[in-house]
Amino acid sequence: MPIASQRTMRFLGRSYMAFVFTPEEPLIEWLAQLDSWLARSPGFFGGRPVVLDLVNVKLHKPGMVHLVACLLERGIRVIGLEGADPAQLGPDLPPLLSGRAVNSNELIALARPEQPPAAPPKQQPASLLVDRPVRSGQSIIHPEGDVSVLGSVGSGAEIVAGGSIHIYGTLRGRAMAGHMGNSRARIFCQKIEAELLAINGYYRTAEEIDASYRGRPMQAWLNDNVMMITALN
Amino acid sequence: MGKVLVVTSGKGGVGKTTTTAALGAALAQAGETVVVVDFDVGLRNLDLVMGAERRVVFDLINVIQGVAKLSQALIRDKRLETLWLLPASQTRDKDALTEEGVRQVIAELRERFDWVICDSPAGIERGAILAMRYADAAIIVTNPEVSSVRDSDRIIGMLDSKTERAENGSRIDKHLLITRYDAGRAQRGEMLSIDDVLEILSTPLLGIIPESQDVLRASNVGAPVTLANQLSGAGRAYAEAARRLQGESIAMTVPNQKRGLFDKLFGRRAA
Ligand SMILES: Nc1ncnc2c1ncn2[C@@H]1O[C@H](COP(=O)(O)OP(=O)(O)OP(=O)(O)O)[C@@H](O)[C@H]1O
Ligand SMILES: [Mg+2]
Repeated sequence: MPIASQRTMRFLGRSYMAFVFTPEEPLIEWLAQLDSWLARSPGFFGGRPVVLDLVNVKLHKPGMVHLVACLLERGIRVIGLEGADPAQLGPDLPPLLSGRAVNSNELIALARPEQPPAAPPKQQPASLLVDRPVRSGQSIIHPEGDVSVLGSVGSGAEIVAGGSIHIYGTLRGRAMAGHMGNSRARIFCQKIEAELLAINGYYRTAEEIDASYRGRPMQAWLNDNVMMITALN
Repeated sequence: MGKVLVVTSGKGGVGKTTTTAALGAALAQAGETVVVVDFDVGLRNLDLVMGAERRVVFDLINVIQGVAKLSQALIRDKRLETLWLLPASQTRDKDALTEEGVRQVIAELRERFDWVICDSPAGIERGAILAMRYADAAIIVTNPEVSSVRDSDRIIGMLDSKTERAENGSRIDKHLLITRYDAGRAQRGEMLSIDDVLEILSTPLLGIIPESQDVLRASNVGAPVTLANQLSGAGRAYAEAARRLQGESIAMTVPNQKRGLFDKLFGRRAA
């Protein structure tokens, strides 16, 4: 009897958004910093893909295995490595990825590899409009473009955007803008009581936000990788 | 066709069971047929607050498993003949509640009663999700303190995503009920103000129930506070909330407070 299925097997390429960690020497200190971050946001990376970029550290295989294990202990699963020496890798380490911060046009192209590139890619990445409050426990993740929220973002809620974040309400949760490596992204909100602000991975927690801004309209942006916050009125 | 309400909160001990019993009794007093359904499998309480604990034979899970008919499990209130209780099981496993079973029981109750009021367990797990799953409207019970308000925010998000209505693209009506409100402590800044709670949750207010000894006294004698002490502050506030549920518009009153705020609140509610 002939084999029933004549279907050919297909493997599609697909791109995902991952958090990229870039450890620095001394690793002990870097891990301590990570721990203090995790103490403020327990479980934040649980179940999320993380890529380890090793450009800033010189590690041999045992070091890498140890580092990956240290992260796993903290509930962080490394799905791939970057910037590591291929000769040092093996089956007991995540695969090497050749990534870089992509812009959203490339992202769109990567996401649909089976389609020929038709019209020239859009100039502006799609922005996302959320027309209701974002409640505690919800997360809005939009790797391309801006996110606007018509309403408040509750304590324990989060917005992650490739571009800027605009909140027409009170920001009580977290806002992470410029998430795919965009330093020019900004965060705007009508009233700030945020738990966390981040732009392109540079962050400030509630304690580091000057109390005099509380309850006021503000914007946050990066100036030489330092987060600046100013009132809008 | 009756209306299905879920009384929910996220946080435990904020007054869901008290509210279910009080609103159920108030609606029944107004002549509506009402069933209050206990979804708190393993920690049932509603039978005690309703004073029916000695009359429980079959329960919700028996009905779902086909061991008993719905009519065998329903218990009629001794004081109000249009008020009924469908108790939860105290002994059985929570996993015995199935989505399909709950759907069928709710559909049958909806045929028979004007109001089906589901008392949700605390938390955001399976039991709480099944209690809200087939509701048309939700009463979110909140105490004026930070953790309760945040949990309510979380529950509102789930009402907008995990209910059958939300999945069908329509919305579930939401009503905020602030309970255990203590005017003195609010004035001293020891509790969130009503304004703060409304600002954070941006959900229409159904009522404000004062902190009151009468609630405990009522549950000790096994009667909803709206029956045990109709003239108490809590009894009156619950009765007014029930009338708002029926569609009446009654000015909102903040328990034990001066006039000024009434107007402010009412204005806000209308906005
Ligand atoms: N307005 C009130 N004034 C004083 N005490 C109250 C009030 N409302 C509720 N209580 C008391 O608070 C306790 C918890 O109330 P209740 O059982 O209704 O909460 P619940 O939200 O159903 O709790 P659970 O999450 O455990 O099911 C009870 O002892 C009750 O008597
Ligand atoms: Mg209860």
